[in-house]
Amino acid sequence: MLEHIELFFKSIFVDNMVFAYFLGMCSYLAVSKKVSTAVGLGAAVIFVLTVTVPLNWFLDQYILQPGALAWIDGNRDTPELSVYADYDLSFLSFILFIATIATMVQLVEIIVEKFSPSLYNSLGIFLPLIAVNCAILGGSLFMQSREIETAGLALNYGFSSGIGWFLAIVAIAAIREKIRYSNVPAPLRGLGITFIITGLMAIGFMSFGGMLTGSGDSAMPVVEEPVEKLEEQQTTKEKEVEATQTVVVTELKK
Amino acid sequence: MGLLSKKDAKLIKDPLLDDNPITIQVLGICSALAITAQLKPSIVMAVSVIFVLGMGNVVISLMRNIIPSKIRIIVQLIVVATLVIIVDQVLKAFAYSLSKELSVFIGLIITNCIIMGRFEAFALGNGPWRSFLDGIGNALGYGVILIIVGFFRELLGSGTLFGIKVLGDSVEKTGLYAIGYENNGFMVLPPMALIVVGIIIWVQRSKNKALIEEN
Repeated sequence: MLEHIELFFKSIFVDNMVFAYFLGMCSYLAVSKKVSTAVGLGAAVIFVLTVTVPLNWFLDQYILQPGALAWIDGNRDTPELSVYADYDLSFLSFILFIATIATMVQLVEIIVEKFSPSLYNSLGIFLPLIAVNCAILGGSLFMQSREIETAGLALNYGFSSGIGWFLAIVAIAAIREKIRYSNVPAPLRGLGITFIITGLMAIGFMSFGGMLTGSGDSAMPVVEEPVEKLEEQQTTKEKEVEATQTVVVTELKK
Repeated sequence: MGLLSKKDAKLIKDPLLDDNPITIQVLGICSALAITAQLKPSIVMAVSVIFVLGMGNVVISLMRNIIPSKIRIIVQLIVVATLVIIVDQVLKAFAYSLSKELSVFIGLIITNCIIMGRFEAFALGNGPWRSFLDGIGNALGYGVILIIVGFFRELLGSGTLFGIKVLGDSVEKTGLYAIGYENNGFMVLPPMALIVVGIIIWVQRSKNKALIEEN
């Protein structure tokens, strides 16, 4: 149970799809002009992630992993006895994952259209967009590279990272609706200021990094080790900066 | 450019500046930001995208008359996925540590919006040679931004380029560090990628007023 709760909060706040990994940025920037459409797309992303991540987990466990095919001749628990023990199909994962996602999206679209026309009208236009949303494929690839253990955890991971994405797009849409009334320098208008605001929001979300201490893997897969040390120093500095910022903000509010 | 007619040259030149995929068309941001903490992964990513987009555009353009339009998205995804698998396997074979560093982001080239965008907007309606040029041009435009961002983030963030200490040694206080210069470690963190791209957009649009958006 505890691991479920930890994974849930970690995927929403610490490993937020948008702010920590920039996944799904294209639709995040393109569809965040109004809160109502942002909510629609966000909901569709939660839904598709919740369906595709567990599905791809099963594909990964029973077809793709090295030795995963052992269940065919009944040696699931003792893969080394199986004739299929040496098969490693993991190079096929990209193509299988994306095929699952594309078909699932198509299927979901047909089913929703048939059974709930009202939901289809609000969600439907976003569904084709989602097949090429990096957040969806990213969810499955992270699920594979982090070696999530059970189907339940995979379901949890898909659902909670969907929520993280939803939160991000709704927040930026709300900010963009308001920013229309402020005097932004002309060259920054539109795209430029959205980038910078997203950057600031990402800095804010980094402060959640200390929420779950003791988890093994670092939030930054990209950076090499010497830089990581530097990073640690920096995060502490940065927390100080942020603390002072929040103090300033609260004072201003008063 | 004796080889290319004026119209063809435009296909390559336009995406580099005035029609840049990242700063103007807003495509392919996803993978652009995450891997630019250092220069080397940025260049590898740029080269991979140039390969995938150039080849993919040619393949789609050759098949454009036989793809039923209803399932074209799936066909396109399969073509890209195949090309990306080639890139991934090559990287794993010849540059394993780099491929580990890029982790899932090579796979995410599949859903890079530039690729689907160019397939839809160009390759489905034009011949293979022009599609190839368009693909190379757009991928170059993408690569240029990646390399600029990677250059500044690595230089200011860790004081190195390609891992070579260009500003002196920060521990032994040589070079610039001797006069009190410090690395801005914030540059290697994810949020700065967004802000650096924001600044690039700002600079570009101040130079070319025609690109300014209405609110």
